[in-house]
Order: sequence, then structure tokens, then C-alpha cells
Amino acid sequence: MTEEIRQIIKDHARLAGDAETLPAEADLYQAGMTSHASINVMLALEDHFDLEFPDRMLTRSVFESIASIEAALTELRSEATVS
Amino acid sequence: MSITVDRDHAFLEAIAHIAEEVAAPNADSVDREARFPAETIEALRQERALSAFVPIELGGGGVSFETIAAACFQLGRRCGASAMVFAMHQIKVVSMVRHLAEAPWFEDYLRDLATEQRLVASVTSEIGTGGDMGRSVAAVTPAGEGLCTFEKQAPTVSYGEYADDLLVTLRRAPDAEPSDQVMVVVRKEQTSLEQTSSWDPLGMRGTCSPGFVVRAEFSPEQVLSTPFSRVMSESMVPVTHILWSHLWLGIATDAFDRARAFVRAAARQKPGVTPPAALRLSHLMSELSLLRAEVGSGLAEFVEIADEPGRERLSTMAVALRFNNLKIASSEQAPRVCQGALGVCGIMGFKNDTPFSVGRHLRDTLSACLMIANERIHQTNASLLLIAKEV
Repeated sequence: MTEEIRQIIKDHARLAGDAETLPAEADLYQAGMTSHASINVMLALEDHFDLEFPDRMLTRSVFESIASIEAALTELRSEATVS
Repeated sequence: MSITVDRDHAFLEAIAHIAEEVAAPNADSVDREARFPAETIEALRQERALSAFVPIELGGGGVSFETIAAACFQLGRRCGASAMVFAMHQIKVVSMVRHLAEAPWFEDYLRDLATEQRLVASVTSEIGTGGDMGRSVAAVTPAGEGLCTFEKQAPTVSYGEYADDLLVTLRRAPDAEPSDQVMVVVRKEQTSLEQTSSWDPLGMRGTCSPGFVVRAEFSPEQVLSTPFSRVMSESMVPVTHILWSHLWLGIATDAFDRARAFVRAAARQKPGVTPPAALRLSHLMSELSLLRAEVGSGLAEFVEIADEPGRERLSTMAVALRFNNLKIASSEQAPRVCQGALGVCGIMGFKNDTPFSVGRHLRDTLSACLMIANERIHQTNASLLLIAKEV
């Protein structure tokens, strides 16, 4: 999943540096992702993983690193399995 | 009545007194001469109003946020520019108080602010960012002897010349991205201001907000470690929109009061006949009610979620949309009410020297949609709406 997220970050986050070498814990906003670009990342993630982020997850902290995005996606998928 | 309620009540009474006795009699000259409302700010200092929101343990007044909002409304009813200076100062204070964690320099600073009743202005807008407060060009730049410097081209700094200290947004470091911002507080003696433009605007003339090049040399501990993006979403944006909208409501309320006084005067001249303007006044009342409802509910919603652990809800998109809408709606509705009041009072409202003059009210509230341009906020909302679910 990490690599899929990384690809989406690469395509949509418009980072100043290279997304390939960015550590999973690195702060995407500090790496140059604007609020506007973050919306495109969210849309691309929803489309790619075929899910919807609920409002409670639509916060800056959820989308601030590849690792935090992965944690959110994992949580959403496990919720989907339970229900 | 609890001590807290007593304290808030006493503070608000004092503010209402200042609004009536100091701000009102000076409002026209402040407007005409585009001069800083020095008398009102001095009276607010005497009342220790500049530190009203600072916690008591740091020497402040410890009044509630609702009371600060009510004070903006009271001042707005008598002098829009005085209310705007007060509101802008409080926005900085509230933002500092809410993000104090592990920032000893800022605690000491707030103590000084309370003791000396220091007035804080902000340098957030910047040439080259297209009006986006979430981006900076100027950066915290390491200089010799453990100090830092910056140079920022600000298109407007409200009451910059009259402020004791400045709250400045900057990139965290010379190599940081434009959105990687921090907030820095610099004292006047550390700062130099070079005025770059004049100040002769349509309204809010007493805020004295020309452009400046701002330069400062300061210690690294004057940089608040909390990322400015968090300060913005958890405090500065909602607080700004709430306090501004309260003072715009104050201005619109006074315009309505003048229209009502005009209708009553007309009614007294011809007892038994309802003056034609009375019908217009009734229409105007519903416009004012809409504004009041939006402003009041915005405040109530903020207070409800302001101090939740982790402030989770404040950082959601739904909440960002909510307060962006408060700004858009109230900044459009306030001048609408003032123009309606002009319609009621007619030529008596149009003239600048009658008890029913509402020209200043209209001009002051016309600034509302420009202070953080509504079109920019609409752009943000349009993008948030692509992803937010419940709004």
C-alpha cells in the first residue's frame, strides 16, 4: 500500500523535492504540499482505493505523511470488513 | 453569579462606557482625518482591556472569549475603526494564549503585554503570495551571535506605526517551503518599519494600514514552535472571522438604530400616520436578524468546540467551511444592512452631519469583503467542497 500512496503523492502533492526518496514519516506539508494540492491527493486516494474519507478524517494531521495516510486507509478498510 | 460571570459583566460595562464616552465622540474625526483612534485605545489601556483575554495567572483579565466578541460588537456600534484595532489586537492575543504550550518566552511576553498594555499588530499579508495567508516569502534567517533576522514586504500593516509589537508570519527557515510557516513576535525596539504606500481609503480609515517593509532582529525563542498552519486552523482563522463579524454586526446595528430613530422622528411629526419609511425599516429588521443569527451561531459553535481535547473538530474541513462561510455571509450582509438604513433615512442619512448619517457605516462595512478577499475564500471553499462530506 505504501508504494501506491507514494505514487499518488508523486502525481498530486506537487512536492518541491522527489517523492521517491521521501521517508514515510516525513511531513508532506513541510515538503511543500499546499492545502489545495492536499485536496487532490485526497480525491486521488478515494478514487484509487475506492473508499470515502469520513469528515472526522479530513484533517491536516491525517494527510501529513505517507505513514499517517496509510494508517487512516488501514483503519477505514478494517471498518469496512467489520461492517 | 459566579466570579467569572461578574468579571465578564464588569469588563463589558467598562467597554460599553468607553464606546459611548470616548469612541463615539471621536468617531467622525477619526474617519474624516484617517487618524488612529488614539483616545479610544488609551482608554482601553487604562481599563486593562488589551490584556483582557490573557489568563489571570499571567497578569491578564481572564475574561471569556464570548466577552471579547461582545466587546467588539459594543465598540463597533460607536466607531468601526476603534473596534477593528481592538479586534485585531485580540486576535493576536487569543492566538498566543491558545498556543502557549512550552513557550516560556511567550508566557513572559504576555506578562509584559498585561503590565504595559502593549498593543500588537500583525504582519501576515505579503507581496508575492497572492493574498494567501498560508504562504510566506520572507523567512526566519539565522544571523550572527545566535540571533535571527527577516525582511518582509507587507502591502498593509494595520496600525503598524502605533503598535508596540508585531506578530509576523514567516517561512521557518531560508530553505523552507512557502507553506512551512511559523509565527514570530517582535518588539518595536527590535524592528524597523519603512512605509511604502499611503493611506487614504474609502472606509475603516482610522485603522491606518499603509504598506511597510518590515525588518527585525530577534532571538530564536521568539519563534512559536507550533506550526502556523495549526495556529491558523485551531485559532486564528475562526477567531478572526468571529471577532470581525461581531464588529461588523455592531456597525450594522448602529446603522439600523439610526434608521429607527429617523422613522420615530417622522412618526412623531404626524401622529396617527405610519410613515412610509416604517415599512422599509421592517424589511431592514429581517436583514439585520439574519446577520445577527449568523454571527451569534458562529460564536456559539466555536465556543462549543474550542477547547475539546486535541481540538480535533477545529481542524476538520466541515469546521473550516463553517467559519469561512461566517466571514463571507457577514461581510456581505453588514453593508447590505447599512445600505438599507441609507434607504430608510434618505438624504438625512446621506449627509455626513445629521444624527441619521450612515455614510461612515456603509463605507466601513464595505471593507469587510476585502479583508481576506471573499473570492479567495470562495476558491478555498470550492476546493474543500470537493472532498468534505457533511457541511
